[in-house]
Amino acid sequence: MAELLRQCFVMQGRNFDKAGEISGEIKVILRDLGINAAYTRRVVIVAFEAEMNVVMYAQSGTLTFSVTEDAIDLIIEDVGPGIPDINLALQEGYSTASDEMREMGFGFGMGLPNMKKNSDEFRIESVVGKGTTVYATVRHHEDA
Amino acid sequence: MTLQAVSEILQCEVLCGEDQLFIDIQTVVASDGMSEILAFAKSDELMITGLTNIQSIRTADIAGVSAVIYCRGKRPDENVIEFAKRKNIPVLVTKMVMFDICGILYARGLKGVS
Repeated sequence: MAELLRQCFVMQGRNFDKAGEISGEIKVILRDLGINAAYTRRVVIVAFEAEMNVVMYAQSGTLTFSVTEDAIDLIIEDVGPGIPDINLALQEGYSTASDEMREMGFGFGMGLPNMKKNSDEFRIESVVGKGTTVYATVRHHEDA
Repeated sequence: MTLQAVSEILQCEVLCGEDQLFIDIQTVVASDGMSEILAFAKSDELMITGLTNIQSIRTADIAGVSAVIYCRGKRPDENVIEFAKRKNIPVLVTKMVMFDICGILYARGLKGVS
């Protein structure tokens, strides 16, 4: 499938002021491409939760998104602590967040489940002590 | 119910978006947890929160809510209000606590999202 657009963004860990900025940019890009609001919404929720995770837990990361005619792919790769038990991390309510993260309004154990729920394909690869890569594919649904 | 009516009922101060008080509000999402807002908002809800940082407006933008009301009299910094203006999201503040706000709006016919 021909790629219509590919863009890569760099994220900095602990930079809470900027956290979420990339997702806002992606929202504008997708709107300008004429992609419908419900589809865009699912993509940017995945991107936003991913950004927050990188900023909260990792040292740095990249978010690459590519648009084809039938799907939008997001790859979020970070240099960070990694996730020891991915299945546990995907359970709603499970969280390793600090009080500081919770004061920011995040870290209630819903980020990864939210990302999975809004994706059609979702996969996490992680090496403890090195980092985590999340692959998410979001497709347009007629009823969305 | 219009945002103007909500504003009067909750005795709000409008911090930005005075020109959008005509918008129609039918559903409400209320939480201090941003992922909870993202999980349950479907679009065009009124968002009630006590979290006043920049992420509250970023969440509002990503979730596609139509307006934000800060409860407990908590006021955001000026840069947060400026960001909401750029995103075209009306922002109001009330001294009421979240429990009372939800009870009052529910009694007036507004519903939550589930």
